[in-house]
Parts: sequence; structure tokens; C-alpha cells
Amino acid sequence: MHGKALPYLLLMPATLFLCIFFLYPFALVAFEAVTRDGAFTFDNFRTMAGSWKFPVTVRNTLLLAAIVVPIQLTMALLMASVVSRLETGRSAALYVFAIPLGISDLAAGLIWLAIFDQSGFLNTLLSSLGVVDRPVMFLGYQSKLTIFIAVALAEIWRATAIMMVILVAGMGLIPKEYYEAAEVFGASPWQRFVRITLPLLRPSLQTAIILRVILAFEVFAVVAALGGTNLPVLMGETYNWQFTLQDRNVAAASALLILAISIGFTLFFLRVLRVPKEARI
Amino acid sequence: MSVATETPVAGIADAHKAGDWLLIATAVLLCVWVLLPIYLLIVNALSSPDQVTAFPKRFFPSFDLGSLSFFINFAGVARALWNSVIVATLTMILAIGFGAPAGYALSRFDFPGKGTFRFLVLMTRAFPLPLLALPLAVMFIRTGLDDTAIGLALVHTTLALPFAVLITFSLFSGIPVELEEAAWTLGCTRWQAFRKVILPLALPGIAASAVFAFTISWNEVFAAAVLTIENRTLTAFLLQSLGESPLYLKFAGGAALVVPALIFIFAVRKYLFAMWGIANR
Amino acid sequence: MAEIAIKGVAKRFGGFTALHQVDLTIADQEFMVLLGASGCGKTTLLRIVAGLERPSQGEVWIGGRRVDHLPPRERGIAMVFQNYAVFPHLTVFENIAFGLRMKKLPQQEVERRVNRTAELMHIEQLLKRYSGQLSGGQRQRVAVARALAMEPDVILMDEPLSNLDALLRLEMRAELKGVLAASKTTTIYVTHDQVEAMSLADRIAVMHQGRIVQSASPVEVYRNPAARFVGSFIGNPPMNFIPATKAENGSWTVAGLTLSGPKSDKPRIEFAIRPEDVDAGGEGLRATVRVIEPLGPHTLVTCDVEGGLFRAILDSNASVQVGDDLRLAPKPDRIRWFDPETANAL
Repeated sequence: MHGKALPYLLLMPATLFLCIFFLYPFALVAFEAVTRDGAFTFDNFRTMAGSWKFPVTVRNTLLLAAIVVPIQLTMALLMASVVSRLETGRSAALYVFAIPLGISDLAAGLIWLAIFDQSGFLNTLLSSLGVVDRPVMFLGYQSKLTIFIAVALAEIWRATAIMMVILVAGMGLIPKEYYEAAEVFGASPWQRFVRITLPLLRPSLQTAIILRVILAFEVFAVVAALGGTNLPVLMGETYNWQFTLQDRNVAAASALLILAISIGFTLFFLRVLRVPKEARI
Repeated sequence: MSVATETPVAGIADAHKAGDWLLIATAVLLCVWVLLPIYLLIVNALSSPDQVTAFPKRFFPSFDLGSLSFFINFAGVARALWNSVIVATLTMILAIGFGAPAGYALSRFDFPGKGTFRFLVLMTRAFPLPLLALPLAVMFIRTGLDDTAIGLALVHTTLALPFAVLITFSLFSGIPVELEEAAWTLGCTRWQAFRKVILPLALPGIAASAVFAFTISWNEVFAAAVLTIENRTLTAFLLQSLGESPLYLKFAGGAALVVPALIFIFAVRKYLFAMWGIANR
Repeated sequence: MAEIAIKGVAKRFGGFTALHQVDLTIADQEFMVLLGASGCGKTTLLRIVAGLERPSQGEVWIGGRRVDHLPPRERGIAMVFQNYAVFPHLTVFENIAFGLRMKKLPQQEVERRVNRTAELMHIEQLLKRYSGQLSGGQRQRVAVARALAMEPDVILMDEPLSNLDALLRLEMRAELKGVLAASKTTTIYVTHDQVEAMSLADRIAVMHQGRIVQSASPVEVYRNPAARFVGSFIGNPPMNFIPATKAENGSWTVAGLTLSGPKSDKPRIEFAIRPEDVDAGGEGLRATVRVIEPLGPHTLVTCDVEGGLFRAILDSNASVQVGDDLRLAPKPDRIRWFDPETANAL
């Protein structure tokens, strides 16, 4: 009944599993990144950084995240607010908004491919409205900007739900009485949102932003589906190094770079959006 | 006199009504934003191959099963579908099998090392897990797990395990420990109390997190592409054929990815936001 | 025979000591109430007897067997929890039958016992319902029926009435008393409500900060509190305490009144009297009326005595006004004295 060993027994399978399939490979990646042919070296990082594609890759990845995440945050807040306020149809709306959670990033890329493709729906719409005479090549080799926009749109469409769901849960924790009190004291709906909802939502915002930012640096399949090799991003380049260029060590270096950026931003947001325990709900 | 006193009340009621209309309009708009792209993909999937590549597109499906039958009969697709099912099922079993006991231990016991374990689980979220497929690819080659369903399932389980632990943790924590204690006073051992009282109550939640684990595996792209060659899953197949496959194949494949996910998410919608929301706090 | 003996039981949680070396004997079929404020250790003690917690020290004996190393299911106990712990996924019938099925009793016996206890608790019409369809009071009855159906030697109850509204609590209290008396089991009942304790108990064990301060019959605890805490905790309105200074010949002076009191080396001790044990008029304590509350059956008068608060219950016909100077004469056999440092009775 009170066997002291019981909790450890229950935890052991999960712990062992994570050690073997997470900690160990993690150590391996770190190891591979800083060695070459058995010798300790930073050459892999130099090779990676020296590639002609590297600046573009980093810029694309960071720029994409910088543009997509704020837009998603706004949309997620909007969706969460709508869901929290709706009475009839709330669960239907929640289900619809949450659908993208179950959609693979590859499928999302393909979905937006159907729209942006040369013979796709966007062109159909534009030409039927008379805006263009001939179908526009949105995803062509020359149109880096439109590819970027298409990828951004696809990412916004796909991944907003991740943040929304966290924010809905966070909003649900805010007791209605706080809003009622604010209303009695003369706050308008906007003021209530800014002065009550946002501050009390800080822990959830922190979680949502950190999670989304980390995932943003992992963007891979959406870009592959829409841009192919025309829009290099870090994850895609890592894949390339490993398989096309057959260089495991540089691939590992690239992986560590992604990790470093993720950790860096995580720590940043942990600090900036910190809420002391006493100030929480 | 009476007119003057009626107007202010009517004014407030009007403002409320306008607010309601705005709310509903926003909700509908957002729903369309989410659903329209999926609808367009389905239109493509349910059109003949010629219609898919034709321009301009029609916005209605012709319910021609040409694309889909081409898809199913395309070399390797049926097997890829089957592989995806197997890997996802294995992932589901492993994630719950390892994760649920851990979730129970975390919710019911206080013991040294609890904080460390939770930190380990949290750490897995900060790391771009698909990258682990890189070193694991080598490890698998050495142990003969390369290109096997179980090998990929193990990687996917690493992805799904943290969720399984956190979700079952909140699930079990939501069931009052008094119910177990009451069962102990009524003649049950710890295991009997779990089986007869906790399990029936937790089963829906456990089932939902199992479906969630399945979906994560079904949708995963990077690791699947890295670790499977002959025994490709659907996502790996679609990714690797992105360069050469005709449009109608891409879209049919996309639909094959999306529709099961839609069904899965519908099945667990009750637990959806509780799971994601709680799992991320 | 289900006599319970608690010997030297102590319980520590990390640095915090919840129970300090508690000793208590409960006779067979006795109704013992553990009474105290939140955090005094009463629930911890109950859970140790139940087997839901292990004592850091000490022994627990039930029916002549030492049980502190045994799990709950082997101790011959049944328990009613504060939040009822009625299993939501089972019908009321199956809830009450749960323990009986665990004992592998034949179906006939199970049905007999379930029906009998359901009738006893007036819930026979609810047997097919689920807990979610029941009110709090009904769930409470299911919890009690479930415990009674086990026909245990010992029933343990952890504040079973505290989550009910006031009127329901009153009804249930009377019902419980009848049902438990008829069942002939030894009962340990935990509560913070002193009215419940006074009404139900054969004996009350008053607990404070992890110790049993006094264990005696309700009347005894009321009339002869062994410590200041007991006097102040039991009784509503609570006992009054006034400092008394030593006068000559073994007497003590309290608020202008000189009385004979206990022998003590201390220059000051505490004089205590209950509000209902003073009469207005005659030789008494000097008091100035501050607040008058006519409560119907009597009048509660709050006065200033020696600079401190003093409550007196006077006849509703008494004509007093705020600001009046009164003399409150204490009934001599109801006066109690306490040591100001140890807080024990003198």
C-alpha cells in the first residue's frame, strides 16, 4: 500500500525510455556536431556557416518566425476571446478553430498549394474577378516574396490553434467577477481586455509564445510543399546536409544551432513574461 | 416624459445587440477562414486528375473518384498508408503504456526525484525532437531497427510521451484521491482500487490521449522521412515524392492525411482544449 | 469486541509535527468525537486509525489486535469521508454493495444488506440512480449506508455533515445518532462543530495543536473544562475569562468581587464563568453595558468588565440599557479557575 518503491517502479519505464531515446541521442547530436572523423573540432560549424545558403537560411527562418508569431498571437487572442464570449455554438466554434491541431504540417502545405498553385484557386478567383489576365506564378523560382507570403499564410492558418487552445484554457481560469467589478467601476470592453484579461493571461501567454516560437524554428514540411528548394530554412537545410550532401556532422551542427536559438528565445520569454507566483490567479 | 426615460435603456440594449452581431460575425468569419482551405483540398481530391490540373478551377467537387483511385493504385501508396497505421498504433500503445503509469505516479505520490522527472519531461518540449531522428538513424542501423515500423514508432513515442505523461497526470489529479481511499477501506488493494474505481473514470481521457498520440504519429513528417526508406509511411512518401508527383496525387495524398485527422480530432473534441491547455501549463 | 487503543501515536510531516504522542482508549461500542479547530490533528489521527496514514511513532490496537502495520482493508473498519467519495460510475446499489462484493459475499446476502441499510438511511427509492443525479444530502446517506452495509467493528467518520446546509445538518445529526446507536459499532467521529460533538458523543476528545487536551463526557467537558482552550472552544457564546488578583486569606479579587478560590503561588490567575451562569443584581462583578442583543428566548448583553469583554445571558425581561452599570453575580458552583501560564484548571 505504501511501498516506497512503487512510484519509482511506475516511473521507470518512462524514464528509461526518455533516457535512451532522448538524452542519449541528444548527447550524440552534440557529440557529432563537435567532432569530425573522431577529432574534436568546430569545423562543422564553420562549414555550415560558410555555405552560400547559410545567411539566407537563417534570415528566412528568423524572419518567418518574427512575422508569423505576432500575427498568430493576435489571431489566437481573437479566437480565444470569441470562444469565451460565445454562448450558443461555443463547442462547435471551438472544434472548428481547433481542427488545424490535427493537421500535419505537410498536409497544411499541400492545402495551401491547392490555393497558390498556378492552376489553383487563388488564380481562379483573381481571373474571374478580372484582376489578372493570365494565371500568376506565385510559387515560381523568381517569386521568392510570394512564396514567403504563401508559407507565412499557411503557417498562420495551421499553427494558430496551438496558441488558441492554451489561451482558451487560461481565459477560462479568470473568474467572471473580475470583469463584472471592472464594469461596475466604469471600464469599457477594450479597457477590460487590456487591463484585466491580458495581465491575468500572462502565464498562458508565456507558455503559448514559447511553445510556438520553438515550433516556428522547426518549420519544415510546409516550406517543402510550397517552396521546395526556393525558400531555404534551417530545418530543411539540416535535412539536406544529412541526406543530399551526406554530411552527418554538419547536419548535427545545424541541429545544435536550431536548439541554441530555441533555448535562447525560451529563456528570453521566460524572463520577459515572468509572473511572480503571488500575482497569479 | 415617458419617451425620455425609455431611450437610455433602449440605447444600452441596442449596444448589446450590436456587440452580439459583431461577435457572431467574427466567429463565422474565423470559421470560414479555417474551413475554406480544407474544403478546397477536398474539392481537388474529389475531382478527376484533369480537373485538378485544369484552369480555371471549379469551386465545387465533381465527385469524380479519379484522383483518389489513381492515388490508391499508385505504386507504394497503399503500403505507405498501412505503414502509417501500424506506426501510429504502436506509438499509441507505447506512449500510453509508458506514460499513464508515470502520470499516475506523479499525481498520487510525493517523492524525491519528482521535480527532476518533471523537468526531464519539460525539457523534451524545448527541444526540436524530430532532429533526434538524425543520430537515431545511425543507432537504428547498428541495431537493425532501421527502416522498421517499430523504430519509427519509438521516435514518435518520444514525441508523444511527454504529452501522455502530462495529460494522464492532470487526468488522475482530477480524480479525488478519496475515491481510492474509500475503495481501500472497502476491501481493495491498491491495484484493485485502480482497476475498479480510477480506470473506469479515467478511461475516456486515456482514450482521448491515445487518439492524440496516434494523430501525432500519423502527422509527423521529418523523422518519418529520415528513418524510413523501403517501409515509408504516408508522410514520408508524400514528402519524398513532392518533386516528381503530379498535382492530383499530391492533393489526394493531402486529403488522405487530413480526413482521418479530422475524424480523430472530432472524436476527442471534448478533451481537446483541456488536454492541450493543461498539458502546456 | 472492538475496543480501540491509541498508544503514544505521533505524526510528523517533514518538519511539522501534526500529532504529539497521543494516547486514547475507546471502549467497545462507544461513540467518541474528536473535536477541535482546523489543523489540530483530529483528521490525521482518524486517518492513522483507518490506515490511510502511517504513524511516525506509536501503536494502534483494534479489538485486541495490533493494526498499525496493516492496510485499511485488514482492520475491520469502514469510513465515511467528508466529501462522501461516492463512486460516480456506479449506481447507488452498486456503491453500497461495493465492499460486500469485495468480500465475495453471495448475491442474496448482498441484496439483503444493501436493501436493509438503504431503508435505514431512507434511500431505497434511489438505488438505481447515479451519484451525479443525487443531492449532497442524498450522497451523504449513500456514503453512510455503504459503510454500515459492511457491518464493521469500527466506523470512522470524517466531518460527514460539514458540507451540508444548516437545516439538513440538523436533520442528519438526529438520524445519524439513531442509526449508529442501533448498529452497535464503535464510532470515531471527527468534527469542528462543538454542537455536533455535544449532541452525538458518549465522550469528546478535545484536540488542540496535535494534543488531546481533555477527553470526557459532553457534560463534563462543558462544566469542568480541563484547560482554558476547552472552556473557550466549547459553548456558544464562549466562556468569559477575567484576571483575578490575590487577596488575603486565600481569596481572590475579580472585578471588584472577592471570592474564595484555589490555592496558588501565582499572584494572578484567571477567573472563568459561562455567560448563562451569571445573574444581574446583588453581589457581583462590576460591569458596564456596551451592546444589547435581544435574541428572543434570552438577551445577550456584552459588557465591559475590568477593561475586557464580558458576555452575559440575561432573562429577556431584564431591563438594561447601554451604559448601565450592572452587578453580575456568578453562580458559585459554576466558577472555574485557570493557571494563566499553563492554561490548566486549578
